[in-house]
Amino acid sequence: MKISEIQRLLDAEVLCGGESLENEVSSACCSDMMSDVLAYVKDQGVLLTGLLNTQVIRTAAMMDMVCIVMVRGKMPTAEMVALAKESGIVMMHTKLRAYEACGRLYHAGLGRGEV
Amino acid sequence: MTEPLRFHYDVDGENFSSAGEASVALKQNLRKLGYSPEVIRKVSIAMYEGEINMVIHANGGVADVEITDDRITIILADKGPGIADVELAMQEGFSTARDNIRALGFGAGMGLPNMKKYTDDMKIDTEVGVGTTITMVVLL
Ligand SMILES: Nc1ncnc2c1ncn2[C@@H]1O[C@H](COP(=O)(O)OP(=O)(O)OP(=O)(O)O)[C@@H](O)[C@H]1O
Ligand SMILES: [Mg+2]
Repeated sequence: MKISEIQRLLDAEVLCGGESLENEVSSACCSDMMSDVLAYVKDQGVLLTGLLNTQVIRTAAMMDMVCIVMVRGKMPTAEMVALAKESGIVMMHTKLRAYEACGRLYHAGLGRGEV
Repeated sequence: MTEPLRFHYDVDGENFSSAGEASVALKQNLRKLGYSPEVIRKVSIAMYEGEINMVIHANGGVADVEITDDRITIILADKGPGIADVELAMQEGFSTARDNIRALGFGAGMGLPNMKKYTDDMKIDTEVGVGTTITMVVLL
C-alpha cells in the first residue's frame, strides 16, 4: 500500500516527508509503549501511536520505520517534526482514535499480506 | 588488521527529550561506513535500549563504540545505582520503572532481554551504589 493511501484512508494531515508519499509499505503496528515496539516489531514500516514525545521518532528511526501516524488528533511539536524530517520519516496526524485508524488500515488490507 | 575505529558519546541524564541522540549519531556513522542494514539495525536497537536505560535508570553515562575487522563492540558505562539482581533484571517484564516512565512509553522490562537478543555477546558488570557497565558485541 502506498503511504498516500494511508493518508487518504485516515483523512490525515501530512506534517513532513510529503515527497515520500508514493513509497510502498506492507505492514503496520500500533502502540503507546516504545518498549514494546522495540521488542516485538519486526518489519512493520508504519507506527501508529498516541504517545507524543521525541522518543517516538527515535524509536521509529532505530527500527527503520518509514511512517509515523499520530492518532487522536495529537499535534507533534516543531522539534518532533524536525526530527522526523531529518530521519526521512513521513509524519502525519489524524483525528481518528487508534482503534478506528488501525481498523481502517487493516480492513483495506494493510498487514494482511494482500497489498 | 586495520586500526580500530572509535566513537565516543556522552549521554545526558538530565534530559529525557535528548535521550537516543548518541544512538542516532552512531547509526548515521555506521550508514556512512557502509555496513549492512541488518548489522546497523542490531547495533542501533541494542545501543538505543542501553542509552535509554542509562537516562531513565542511571542519570546518564558514556557510550564507547569500537569497530574492528570482525566486530562492533558497544560499551555503556554509568555511575548510577547499579543493578542488585542481574538475573532478575534480565527477565522479560521485570522493571523498576514507575508510572512517570511508563507515561513516556518505556518501562515494560523488555530492554535488557532485547539487547541480548540483538547482540552476539553481552556482559553486565554492576555494583550497587557504584554503577553499571554493559559490554555488547555484534559480529560482522
Ligand atoms: N543502567 C542501569 N542502571 C541501573 N539499573 C538498570 C540499568 N539498566 C537496567 N536497569 C534495571 O534493570 C531493569 C530492567 O531493565 P530493562 O531495560 O529490561 O527494562 P526497563 O528499562 O525497566 O523497561 P524497558 O526497557 O522495557 O523500557 C530496570 O527496570 C532497572 O531496574
Ligand atoms: Mg530499558
